Amino acid sequence: MLANQIGYYSLILGLLLSVLLCGVSIKDFNNTNKQINQNILSLSFLQLVFVIVSFLSLIISFINSDFSNETVFNNSHTTKPLFYKISGTWGNHEGSLLLWLLVLTLFIFLFLVKSREQPKKYRILTLLFQQIIIIGFFLFVLMTSNPFNYLFPIPNEGLGLNPILQDPALAIHPPILYLGYVGTSIIFSSSLAAVTQNYVSRQWGQHIKKWVLVSWIFLTIGIMLGSIWAYYELGWGGFWFWDPVENVSLMPWLTLTALLHCIVVLERRAALTSWVVILSITTFTLSMCGTFLVRSGILNSVHTFANDPARGIFILVFLFALIVLSLGIFFIFHKENSKSSNNFFWLSRETFILINNWFMMYFLSVVLIGTVYPIFLDVISSEKISVGPPFYQKLIVPFLIPFLLFMSLGPRLKWIKSKIENKNSLIITFIISVILTFFIIKNLTTDLLFYTVLISAAFFLFFTTLKELLIKKFNNISQTISHFGFSLLILSILFNSILSSEIITNIQIGERYDYDKGEIFFKKIEEKKESNFKSIIASFEIKDKNGKTIELKPEIRIYNQPIIITSEADIRTTLLEDKFLVMNLVKGNEYFNIRYQIKPFMVWIWISVLLLSLGGLMSLFKRKI
Amino acid sequence: MKNKFSLFIIVIFLSFCFVIFYKGLNTPNNYTPKINEKKNIPIFKAKVFNSDSYINSDEIFEENIFYIVNIWASWCVPCRTEHPLLMQLSKNESIKLIGLNYRDNFDNAKKFIDDFGNPYSRILIDKDGTLGVEFGAYGVPETFLINKNKNIIKKFVGPINQEIVNEIKLIIK
Amino acid sequence: MKVLKIFIILFLVTSFSGLKFAEASDVLKNKILKNVRCLICQGQSVYDSESEFASSIKLIVDRKINEGLKEKQIYQFLREKYGDWVIFDPQLNKNTYVLWLLPLLLFLLGGAIIKKKLKN
Repeated sequence: MLANQIGYYSLILGLLLSVLLCGVSIKDFNNTNKQINQNILSLSFLQLVFVIVSFLSLIISFINSDFSNETVFNNSHTTKPLFYKISGTWGNHEGSLLLWLLVLTLFIFLFLVKSREQPKKYRILTLLFQQIIIIGFFLFVLMTSNPFNYLFPIPNEGLGLNPILQDPALAIHPPILYLGYVGTSIIFSSSLAAVTQNYVSRQWGQHIKKWVLVSWIFLTIGIMLGSIWAYYELGWGGFWFWDPVENVSLMPWLTLTALLHCIVVLERRAALTSWVVILSITTFTLSMCGTFLVRSGILNSVHTFANDPARGIFILVFLFALIVLSLGIFFIFHKENSKSSNNFFWLSRETFILINNWFMMYFLSVVLIGTVYPIFLDVISSEKISVGPPFYQKLIVPFLIPFLLFMSLGPRLKWIKSKIENKNSLIITFIISVILTFFIIKNLTTDLLFYTVLISAAFFLFFTTLKELLIKKFNNISQTISHFGFSLLILSILFNSILSSEIITNIQIGERYDYDKGEIFFKKIEEKKESNFKSIIASFEIKDKNGKTIELKPEIRIYNQPIIITSEADIRTTLLEDKFLVMNLVKGNEYFNIRYQIKPFMVWIWISVLLLSLGGLMSLFKRKI
Repeated sequence: MKNKFSLFIIVIFLSFCFVIFYKGLNTPNNYTPKINEKKNIPIFKAKVFNSDSYINSDEIFEENIFYIVNIWASWCVPCRTEHPLLMQLSKNESIKLIGLNYRDNFDNAKKFIDDFGNPYSRILIDKDGTLGVEFGAYGVPETFLINKNKNIIKKFVGPINQEIVNEIKLIIK
Repeated sequence: MKVLKIFIILFLVTSFSGLKFAEASDVLKNKILKNVRCLICQGQSVYDSESEFASSIKLIVDRKINEGLKEKQIYQFLREKYGDWVIFDPQLNKNTYVLWLLPLLLFLLGGAIIKKKLKN
């Protein structure tokens, strides 16, 4: 009860602090002091504290199962385990908005602390732009999505949390994702500040790069956690479905990656300034747009929060206001650099980064158009269509071929003007890649030509980056590791997709099922009762051709609140392959339907994403040259 | 000049997007397939309830009156709530009801009919759900209104209510 | 004797091609099922789903393949019953020209811009 009050008033105080901060900052702006008013830092810290207090109050309400709080009532239940009571705090619309505010206020405070050598006016403007966003979110929460609404009379029990959300990966997926996703706000604010101050320079590039890297690393890992959750929890063995909410997290990642590459150019040559500003604006805009698409009810997805058009209208207006503001500032203040610095020689690293942008923007357009087109079509002509995985695969996969090749060549080029060194070794590597690919896959697939070209390109990138790592060229190791990780990612995904096999069959207890690679024996089932669900745990013995046996125990769970039946897969993971078994009830029979999948190289998909992030992490901690 | 032009284009484009998204918020999200185009009834052969014989679709719909095809099952709870309304409709002379017993057990279905009454002039058996697919159904209960030209003119997903019954009565006058 | 040999060979050939036919149609069936949306599930394909609707569709697709329908015809059949929404791969028709062509146009546009920039 008390927590409710504290939480609510902390939010109000936080909002008031925003207003105060804006006032103090504007006054300090024209002050001739070289240093920023120290009060500003203290006020920013205080604002962060208020948001933390509010967030903690909600967590406490969840832990105490305080059902006088409407959010707790809607999303929790007394029988939920403690860990999921806590993580349920941010697993709903209102609570996750508190997470938004937390990251927004945290990042601006950290920015102020870590930017002491930066020009004062630039820092103040960054704060102001960020406060505009923060005020918008405070208003959004207080006006349409208050996490501290009272319920009277107080219910005895809550409505519970969807059991598929009760999973460790999903518990930490939002915080990590938001650190990336919402963290792009600081890039947005600081870019706008830099533009108005004509500060989009090499020095600014070096300074902002850290922030871009931090957001990028968290966003990459956040997306990976979401995929891992989908793989382990949703029970179909897939890890990416081109679902609108997944797409919405991928789009800022694409622009953020492009931005990262442009910052590298900006650092060195003070070029591509327009790109940097536009990408900074676009990345955060896409984050906001994603928030709109997911929370307004305009899209149907397994992920969407409760539909509420009122919330949708607020975010829509807020989003477009930010777009208008940022584009307005860009057009008014941005000064194009002297023509010469933006001219690149065609064979240079800068050009290839420009080419990277080109491809990234293309991939972005595919994902964006695929995601929002159904909305446009529905409004204009009332026709409803689905845009599913085949669309994205057809438009993206072929373009990966030139993309991978450019990615292999680009880093080998020098800045400004270059020629390709060691042409012969490159050609040899390419030929080896093609031959290797051909022999590996010639018996595996019918689409031989296409896959040969695609996998060869991936192998080419793999070998060129591997070579850089092995001959110990340490001057660009972070980039090499990331690119190596990317090649590994493409290779793992492709081989996993080609080599995976699946058996679907109905089977009874005690029955043995023979398939071409071995045998499945349905040994027994046992029933178990946990605090908030009952489970039927099956025991299967899977024997392969070599006689090796493993035991897999998929489960069917019947949750009590809300009453939902889920299937929990059992997955045996090794470096070589994942063995995946999931079981479903067949209505009215003693048969169980099972799906057994053998998925080679599955774990390498996660490993390669970690390598990708590792490169970013190494770049973050590299000492400045 | 180039800047002003691109600015203009961007403003137009953004306004367009804003309007679309705004309207998109207000359009309903549940997928209800368009039943504006008149669809012909499917051609099929089905097993008749309570017997071993099969019957063709043209025989079922041979009379020159309105027909209702109602997909139901004994295990379907909302079917029970709509059943009295179906009984009401069956008393109407201008319409005949055809029941589609969906993925059901014969004994349970028979008990359902014995307990709650039989509004259907004919009941067909759809043991595996494929006949429902021919009608474009995806669950139970669903109800289709068929006119004298053998077109499906209305589809109702979920149990019918009094409003729907009134609508049907108006159409079949 | 000769007749028996011929008979055995014919029998083997037809049963072998029958086997191949089953395999090929299985591959086709799975390809189609992965492209059909399970209308009562949340974003799952019929292939991934064990729901009742999914099993009905699986039977229907099986039946249609055995009747000799091609992939496009089966999609057309399902579209007629349920609307375009039931198929994940948006067909190229007047509704979807913009969907498919706009990204490609943007790609070409981007390429042109870069080429111009480098020429300068």
